[in-house]
Amino acid sequence: MADLKIKIQKLELKNPVMTASGTFGYGEEYTDFFDISKLGGIIVKGITINPREGNPYPRMAETASGMLNAVGLQNKGVDYFIKNIYPEIKNYDTNIIVNINGSTIEEYIQVAEKINELDKIPAIELNISCPNVKEGGMAFGTNCSSAMAVTEAVRKVYSKTLIVKLSPNVTEITEIAKAVEEAGADSISLINTLLGMAINAETRKPVLSTITGGLSGPAVKPVALRMVWQVYNSVKIPVIGLGGIMNASDVIEFILAGASAIQVGTANFIDPQITVKIIDGIEEYLNKHKIDSITELIGALEV
Amino acid sequence: MKKIQDFNVYANHRLNSDTFILELKAPEKLPEIFPGQFAQLKINNHPQVFLRRPFSIHDVDYEKNTISFYIKIIGEGTRSLQKLNKKNSINAIYPLGNSFSLPKKINVLLVGGGTGVAPLLLLSKSLKNNNISPVILIGGRNKNDILQIKEFEKYCKVLITTEDGTLGEKGLVTQHSVFQTDKFSFKKIYTCGPELMMKAIGKFAKKNNIECEVSLENTMACGFGACLCCVVETREGNKCVCTEGPVFNIKDLKWQI
Repeated sequence: MADLKIKIQKLELKNPVMTASGTFGYGEEYTDFFDISKLGGIIVKGITINPREGNPYPRMAETASGMLNAVGLQNKGVDYFIKNIYPEIKNYDTNIIVNINGSTIEEYIQVAEKINELDKIPAIELNISCPNVKEGGMAFGTNCSSAMAVTEAVRKVYSKTLIVKLSPNVTEITEIAKAVEEAGADSISLINTLLGMAINAETRKPVLSTITGGLSGPAVKPVALRMVWQVYNSVKIPVIGLGGIMNASDVIEFILAGASAIQVGTANFIDPQITVKIIDGIEEYLNKHKIDSITELIGALEV
Repeated sequence: MKKIQDFNVYANHRLNSDTFILELKAPEKLPEIFPGQFAQLKINNHPQVFLRRPFSIHDVDYEKNTISFYIKIIGEGTRSLQKLNKKNSINAIYPLGNSFSLPKKINVLLVGGGTGVAPLLLLSKSLKNNNISPVILIGGRNKNDILQIKEFEKYCKVLITTEDGTLGEKGLVTQHSVFQTDKFSFKKIYTCGPELMMKAIGKFAKKNNIECEVSLENTMACGFGACLCCVVETREGNKCVCTEGPVFNIKDLKWQI
């Protein structure tokens, strides 16, 4: 039997399949469909220091092989999470990772400090790449000095595994990756959504209330693969790949490009059981190719 | 509990040039389905259709173990569903969302505009089973839009309006004589249809202090509360139409009516 176990520094995953923030709620939305303890990890919906209502409707547009969203980090705030959601999800036998957000460095620090106190949360994903908020979010992740500053600040107050989620909406992804590595990140996840827009030709109006939004789904996979490969070749810390993964073959491609683990996002909306099918598919691939451990494939792209 | 299952197509019959009833047979005993709930249907092998499509459950037959949908061809997804036949199967996530509330024995009016009649058949049936004899007002542009009359007549008294006057009273739904306030005796209105129509009905209900429930159809990606795309503004903040709706009491919505 092939070994699917993966380590992201101190973080141990039973398999490389995690769910992407904003596509899996807090996990409980999926418990009717399958045993979420089968997952390598769950990255919960992005959390901020104060509650956020998010952006006005409409927040979604279907596009060719993908979708745009402009949710805008709707959530009830970190204190609500700790009091009401954490007790419900902390005992699932998987890694619950909290995606944290802020408008200022101070807000990121405040959320990270509070999450650091939670025993059953082994890691955070620092979101410096949300394209749908007016302040903070992507603004931190599209500039080396601000990406470094926020990572350094959170590193000082957060002792467990620190993953930094990068935006693809940059000129040179490797520069940002190197900056957050230097600032103390344990791992890098990429890509967040690509900035896009949709227009209704009949009404001459934008489809989304925010005009622009984040593109996800298989339409972005080639961009994500390219960026994972570039980042893998420019940093030493483990890379977590995401962007348009729909099946096990997509996962193998990301791992060959250099990802140590992956996240499934938009595909969860279409098939809420997709992650279990993907885990089975990875195992089949390894058995078929007589590979003992998934780790043998990390960065094994032959060029 | 939500289920994800492959259904076989049991029947697919046209009602007019662009509207059809798709009846699907469940692989196992159906769970209880409440009026107003919906399903997310997967469209197979269509390059332009990426997400599932949500449809209100129009009718349930627990003996045949089938659920049916009232569908109008709007785009590629619905066009693809119209082509399904008995050899096909289709994946559905169901039953999703909340449901209309069933009142004690009072007079109720159902108002359906266009495809908005979709969830009202199962509601009519449930009301009838609760010893309430509802009246339904169905509106459309012309007589070709007024469908399923015989089905509704099993449970309701049916009133009709058409914009061109080819069937029933002439005019918009909201102009029907049933809304003459001096004669209006209903204690509750349930409505589904175009947003402008629902807002006009809601305005009438609010002004006359009548309970009113509306079924919304905001665009959504998942249908089970994960994507947070389908929100509607309520007095308690943004709520997901898929999990906290699709049925809302107009008192809870922040509609400017």
